[in-house]
Amino acid sequence: MAAEIKNKKKNEPDGFDRFNRVSKTVNVILNFIFVLAALACVIPVLLVVAISFSAEESILEYGYHFIPKIPSLEGYVFLVSQGKMIVRALGVSLFVTIVGTALGVLLTTLMGYVLSRPDYKLNGFLTMVVFIPMVFNGGLVSTYFIVSQFLGLKDSMWALILPLSVSSFNVIVCRTFFKTTVPESLVESAKMDGASQLMIFGRIVLPISLPVLATIGLFLSFAYWNDWYQSMLYIDDSKLLSLQALLNQILTNIQMLVKNAATIGITAAEMLAKMPQESARMAIVVLIVLPIACAYPFFQKYFISGLTVGAVKG
Amino acid sequence: MAGDRKKAKVKKRRWRRDDTELTLLALPTTIWYFLFSFLPMFGIIIAFKEFKINGGFLKSFFSSKWVGFNNFKFLFSSKDIWLIIRNTLGYNIVFIILGIVIPVAAAIAIGQIHSKRMAKVYQTAMFMPYFLSWVVVTALVWAFLSYDKGLLNNLLESMGYERQQWYMKKGMWPPFLVFMNLWKGVGYGMVVYLATITGIDKTYYEAAGIDGATIWQQIRYITLPLMKNVIIMMFIMKVGGIFYSDFGLFYQVPRDSNSLYNVVYTLDVYVYKQLRTSTTGMSAAAAFVQSVAGCITILTANAIVRKIDRESAMI
Repeated sequence: MAAEIKNKKKNEPDGFDRFNRVSKTVNVILNFIFVLAALACVIPVLLVVAISFSAEESILEYGYHFIPKIPSLEGYVFLVSQGKMIVRALGVSLFVTIVGTALGVLLTTLMGYVLSRPDYKLNGFLTMVVFIPMVFNGGLVSTYFIVSQFLGLKDSMWALILPLSVSSFNVIVCRTFFKTTVPESLVESAKMDGASQLMIFGRIVLPISLPVLATIGLFLSFAYWNDWYQSMLYIDDSKLLSLQALLNQILTNIQMLVKNAATIGITAAEMLAKMPQESARMAIVVLIVLPIACAYPFFQKYFISGLTVGAVKG
Repeated sequence: MAGDRKKAKVKKRRWRRDDTELTLLALPTTIWYFLFSFLPMFGIIIAFKEFKINGGFLKSFFSSKWVGFNNFKFLFSSKDIWLIIRNTLGYNIVFIILGIVIPVAAAIAIGQIHSKRMAKVYQTAMFMPYFLSWVVVTALVWAFLSYDKGLLNNLLESMGYERQQWYMKKGMWPPFLVFMNLWKGVGYGMVVYLATITGIDKTYYEAAGIDGATIWQQIRYITLPLMKNVIIMMFIMKVGGIFYSDFGLFYQVPRDSNSLYNVVYTLDVYVYKQLRTSTTGMSAAAAFVQSVAGCITILTANAIVRKIDRESAMI
């Protein structure tokens, strides 16, 4: 025990906390378990990165490995040579993510703000509008026909954007945030100065609500960037495929790349022989995962604040 | 809903300019809800029609003839549907139990780790799978399970065993899908529960420690009781979704393999596949069953919780 205290590290707590905690052995066991769990979560991604940097012949010869037997950039070179298709898919992904997030944040915060006004006359009605979809929904078949036939969004970029832009969960996160952090006196005094609700919302409420905007924005941008389901349902036109949808198609049908190459002018057979299928496929995965893996450790805290606000009912 | 008294007070006063402005602000989102949420709710009645595409949606809707419960009769006379309902409920029950027990245990355990910095590192790593789409996860799984190049088969071969067709082995998929569900979800659950734990007043633990309570007793008598509300909330939400399944997990990860269909088909996969093969009647009926059953379960779960503990109820 005495030795333990002598070896105390700088970042460890002092005083009572040092005694009221699990023993050293338990700590080692817990650390061991969590190292395994953390590795299990990270290793598959590392494997895919390794494959994307492997030469095609080494994959064909030895299979997938953590350390490329013959390192090579040919997967990426291939993607660059397929420029048009990848750039277009990246463009679709970026457009959908940016426009979708902007629109979604606007629609969500507007509704959240209105619902946070205590003396608004239609408050009860609009609360029902937001709550009912959390309990009941039309299901896939009916939604599919409404979106593709009735609203005519089949093979349109809006089919990737609109159905995902509002979720009742996000609206409630916003409402709770506005209710708890925007002082009623601030809104009242602005009203007395003759400001309209639009001005109060745009000039006063939004600027002091940046944390919730960041949270909702992050929820939405990850949802849009990661979406493949909407594409699977509503998009047949290969020009409108996002990165995720493209990867999905390639995974189900590797001929897809060949078909695309044929239109550029090289014969399919020739292409198929040369094409680094395996590494190119994994290079697309890296292209998708890289922005997420880089961004999320920094934005984690906004996510966490959103998740916990949502768990508090307002 | 809460605040009945407040509502009564509001009703008495007249409509003001303020109300007009707020209504205008809420209008775009309300229209969105009408188009993308409420129209499909009414569209659900196509389950009672022999829906045929014939021009636009409204024209097809009115020209399709009513068939009463015929679609449902067909649906429930096929033996597939029972298998699919069994799969959906079976997987969900396992997911609900493990999806609460493991993240709660992990959140409590990670809070006990001495080095807070390491705990943060573990948490960040374990949260990552939550941010990957199922399509990406499918590619990751393929890197391990592919027959001729997969890491697992390479390993087996180097140890002198036969290569295996993993995408045809029925037996391994139920436990594997449970594993994948946990792999993707534990980090998220842990974060939610950890936020509750960090919100607990530290002096409770100090007082208990001074009175000689062990860490185990502190967890049992302080942490768990104070987490009760959040756990119940998560439980209701999960039970409410018991007729829904994660389409990506069951359709993408097994790569829609035909030889696996009786262990991986769930309602969502079935509805999608039927929709794609354009047998609209069956899929509309299955989607109807899913929506209505889902609605009933969520309301029931909520009502039960309300009886036990009013504070924890969602509605």
